[in-house]
Amino acid sequence: MFYTYLRRELAGRRKQTAIVAIGMALAIALVIIVNSVSSGVQLAQASVLESVYGVGTDITVSQAPAAAATPGTGNGAPQRFDFGSADGAAADGTTTISRSRLTAERGTETFASTGLDSVRAVPNVSAAAATLLLSNSTFSGALPTRSQGATRPSTGQGAPSGQSAETPPTGGPDGAGGSSFSVDSFTVLGLNPADAAVGPLSAVTLTAGRSLASTDAGANVAVLDASYATTASLAVGGTVVIAGTDFSIVGLVSAATADSATAANVYIPLDVAQSLAALPGQVSNIYVQAASSTDINQVQADIRTALPAATVKTQADLASSVSGSLASASSLVSNLGLWLSLIVLAAAFLIAILFTISGVTRRTREFGTLKAIGWSNGRIVRQVGGESLVQGLIGGVVGIAVGLAGILVINIIAPTLTAGASTAVQAVGRGAGAAGGAGGAGGAGFGPGGGGFGAATQAATQSNIVLTAPVTVSVILIAVGLAVLGGLLAGVIGGWRASRLRPAEALRSIA
Amino acid sequence: MYQLTNVTKKYDQGKRSVTALQDVTVSIPDGQMVAIQGPTGGGKSTLLQMLGALDRPSSGSVLLETEHLGSSNLSSLGDSQLGRIRATEIGFVFQGFNLIPTLTAQENVETALAPLGGTNAARRERSAAALEAVGLGDRLGHLPAELSGGQQQRVAIARALVKDPTVLLADEPTGNLDEETRDEIMDLLEGLWRAQGLTLIVVTHDSAVARRAQRRLHIKAGRLTELA
Repeated sequence: MFYTYLRRELAGRRKQTAIVAIGMALAIALVIIVNSVSSGVQLAQASVLESVYGVGTDITVSQAPAAAATPGTGNGAPQRFDFGSADGAAADGTTTISRSRLTAERGTETFASTGLDSVRAVPNVSAAAATLLLSNSTFSGALPTRSQGATRPSTGQGAPSGQSAETPPTGGPDGAGGSSFSVDSFTVLGLNPADAAVGPLSAVTLTAGRSLASTDAGANVAVLDASYATTASLAVGGTVVIAGTDFSIVGLVSAATADSATAANVYIPLDVAQSLAALPGQVSNIYVQAASSTDINQVQADIRTALPAATVKTQADLASSVSGSLASASSLVSNLGLWLSLIVLAAAFLIAILFTISGVTRRTREFGTLKAIGWSNGRIVRQVGGESLVQGLIGGVVGIAVGLAGILVINIIAPTLTAGASTAVQAVGRGAGAAGGAGGAGGAGFGPGGGGFGAATQAATQSNIVLTAPVTVSVILIAVGLAVLGGLLAGVIGGWRASRLRPAEALRSIA
Repeated sequence: MYQLTNVTKKYDQGKRSVTALQDVTVSIPDGQMVAIQGPTGGGKSTLLQMLGALDRPSSGSVLLETEHLGSSNLSSLGDSQLGRIRATEIGFVFQGFNLIPTLTAQENVETALAPLGGTNAARRERSAAALEAVGLGDRLGHLPAELSGGQQQRVAIARALVKDPTVLLADEPTGNLDEETRDEIMDLLEGLWRAQGLTLIVVTHDSAVARRAQRRLHIKAGRLTELA
C-alpha cells in the first residue's frame, strides 16, 4: 500500500513534484559545481605551492625579519656597492667597474641551522630540509677615467669628472664623458643535496644535465632554473658567476607546471652558499614533511614550541600567499560560491517544506478519512515523509546530472588562471640608482635607490594554471545526502502537521 | 452494542462554549438499524463522532461491546487505541464519499485493510470481492473522477465493509445523490446490513431514508429523543 500510494501521489501531483524536485535539483547542482570548482582551485593552489615549496612539504619554517639595529643595514636595507679610487680597469679614458654581492634575499631572515636538528627531533616529522635563499646582485658599468682631468670635483653621482671648463669632456662609454651602469640580480638557493627529497628541488623536473648530488657538497656546481637559463643565455656545461666565483652548470630544472617558475634561479650546495654569503651555519627556510596529514597541526604546534622565534606555516597558511586570478577565483568560490550555495539550498529546503505543508493542508480530508478508517499517526507520517523523500531524491538525481553537466562545461572551457607565490621567490630585478657619493677617497657608492641604469634580470614568478573541476565520490555523496536531508526535513515537518490533525476536526473542517 | 450514558460534548469557540450534546443517554443493540435525524447544528454529526471513536465526550461514557473487543469505554481510551477500534470494528460512509483522488477504486478499498496487515495479494483479493459485492467488479482500476456519484459512494461502502466491521456509521450517505441513486444506495446498505448482521447507524435529513430504519432518533440542540 505504501509504495502504491506513494507512486500514485507523486504521479497524480506532478506539478508539485516537479517544482520541489527542480528547486532541490538546482540547489544540489550548485553545491556540486561550487564544491568541485573549490577542489579544482585547491588543486591549482597546491600545484603552485608545490612548484615553489616542493612536493610533500606540509610545513615551512622561517623567521620574520628583525628590525635592523642600525638604520640602513640588515636584509631589508638597500644594497650598497662601494668602489675605491683604484678600483676598476682603465682603458682609453674609460674605467670599467664591476662588483658582485651575495646576500640573504631581501625580506628574509637567516637563523642557525641547528633549527633543522630541533625540527627533526619533533615527533611525527618524517623528513626535513634546510635551505638558504640568497640574492646575487652584480653592479657593473663604465665611467670616464678620473685621470682625464681634475678641474671639477667629483659629484659622486657617476657624473663625468675631471673635465675642464674649457676642454670638451671625453672618455666614458660614449667618448663624451658619459657613464653607463647596470645591475643584474638573480636568486640563489643553497640546499643540501642529500635532503632533496623534501623541499624546492623535490617538485622540479630535470630538463638537462643532472641534479645536485650528495657528492657535490663543497663543490662550485650549480643547477639553474630552465627559464632563467634561457633568459640569461646559459646552458649545461657553461659557467655562472656567483659573488665573483665561477660555478659549473651541471643541470637545468623546470617547474612541474607549465609556464611557472621554480623556487629560485640558481641552486647550489648549501655549504658553498653559506661560505660565499659569509653566513656560516645559517639557513633561511626549513621544509618539513609530517608523518601523516593528521599530524600536521600537532607538528606545527610542536615546532612552534621548539623554535619560538620561528614562523611556522602549513600548506593551508601558505595558500594565502598565492596571488593572481587564482586567488580571486579562490576568494570567489569560498565567499560568493559558498554563500550562494547555502542560500539556494536553504531556499530549496524551504520550498520543499512549504509545498509539503501546503500539500498536507490541501489533503486534510484525505488524512482525516484515513485516520477515521484506522490509519495510525506513524503510518501517515511515513507516507508523507516517503513522498517528500522521493521528491528530494528525484531532485538529487536531476541535480547530480545538472551538476556533472556544469562541471563538464567548466572542464571543456578550462579557464586559465594566473597565480604566483608571493613569499618564496621575490622579484629581484631592480633598477640601480645613484645613492650619493660616499665612496670615500674619491670613490663612488651605488645602491638601488631608484632610477634606471639598465634592466635587471627578473625572476618569473607568475604561473598560468588551467582550472579543472574534479568530480569526486565525496561530492556525489554530499549531493545525495543533501537530497535525503531536504526530503526528510520536509517530510518530517509535513508529517508532523498531518499527525496533529484530529480526525473529527479534519472531517468537520470539510463538511 | 452501544451504551451511551449522560454524554455531554462542549466545544470552545473563542470565548464562548457551545454544547453540541447534552446528557445523551441511549442504548443501541447489536444488529439494529438506527436513523438519527434532526436540524442542522443539532448535534447529529457530533453524536456520530462519539459513536465512531473519532472524538471523546466532555463528560459521560460511551461503551462499545463487540464479540472481538469485549467492552470498551471509548471516552477513556487513548488515540492509538481508538484508532485500532476504528480500524477493526467501525466502518464509515461519508456524504462526500471521501475517496482518495489519486488511487483507483480497488486501491481506495485497500486503504481500509492497510492497518490490519496481511499480504498485498490478500488485500487485493478482499478489495476486489468487496467491490464485486457492491456491483463494481468491473471498475476496479477506475479513478474516483472516472466514476459517477453513486459509483463513488459504492466504492466508499465497499471500503467501509471490506474489513468486516461490527458497526457501520453513515453520515448523510445519500446527501449528494439524486433520488434514484439514493434508493439504489439505501437498497445496497440495507441489503448488506441484513446479510452481514451489522449495526447500521445512519445520520440523515431525508425522511425517506430514515423510514427504512428499525429505530429513529431525533436530536435537537444536543438533546436526543426517541421517535415512535
